[in-house]
Amino acid sequence: MRWAVVTFGGTNCDQDAYYAVSGLGVDCDWVWQKDGLKKNYDAIIIPGGFSYGDYLRAGAIAARTDIMNDVHTLVQDGSLVLGICNGAQIACESGLVPGVFTRNEYPKFVCRSTYLRVETNESPFTSLFEAGEVISVPIAHGVGRYVPAPLSGSQGAPDIAFRFCDEHGRSTPVVNYNGSHEYITGVFGSTRNILAMMPHPERACDALLGSVDGTRIFRSMIDYCEHR
Amino acid sequence: MNFTACITVGLKDGMLDPEATTILKALNNQGFHVESLKAEQKFTAIFEATSKSDAHAQAVSMCEQLLANPVIQRYEIEVF
Repeated sequence: MRWAVVTFGGTNCDQDAYYAVSGLGVDCDWVWQKDGLKKNYDAIIIPGGFSYGDYLRAGAIAARTDIMNDVHTLVQDGSLVLGICNGAQIACESGLVPGVFTRNEYPKFVCRSTYLRVETNESPFTSLFEAGEVISVPIAHGVGRYVPAPLSGSQGAPDIAFRFCDEHGRSTPVVNYNGSHEYITGVFGSTRNILAMMPHPERACDALLGSVDGTRIFRSMIDYCEHR
Repeated sequence: MNFTACITVGLKDGMLDPEATTILKALNNQGFHVESLKAEQKFTAIFEATSKSDAHAQAVSMCEQLLANPVIQRYEIEVF
């Protein structure tokens, strides 16, 4: 099993993701976007940051680099793709995930612990959770408000992985830190081997950081890859 | 020959625009009485095309492929 952490100019959460994943025993490559994905990776992590300065729109320029064609190819072969924060924006901009993560409703960069409700455990990313379970994973973004794609003949409602909630699992306006549509902060692609999420699971992988719930997302992915 | 395309990209009507809302409040804090404000991006692209309609078609492709996100944005093009 081999994973890749993809980096672009302006990526800055790649070391955290690499640390979290390699700490779980996964062989992981750091791949600069210009080098392309030359191996048959089982999972690809697109980490957070401010790729290309967030110019034009967050994730827009990274989404159109050649390496994203490699990502699309591997996805079709069943590899997992996890886009975190700026990686989630890139996943949406590249068409892997419907909708868009855009500017927060209030002009504030939100950096805090949050509770998330796991909407389904029937996915490679959430299989080790209970459906409806409340987990703690931090956010850090100014551009994270989810807006779904307009419904059309080919575009249905978003397939939701995580919603903001309180510690009891209730979603109320006070916990909608960025004003997302229906509290959504984690969305699957057209198939569930793709997940875009604004919260940072790699920052919830060590008890020192206050939560280890992020570890179970990576462990779910490992479990899937081992039985694939 | 070279053509110039002036491309304006903005949010579709009805989309929440926190940037414009914040700027509008700042303007009104300066003593203005602005009722409504839009924040848009403007691009001026100079490139070769075989005709004005070809230039317009190329500008449309630029918008569709990169400059605008059709989920939340619209665009307008003027070619000279």
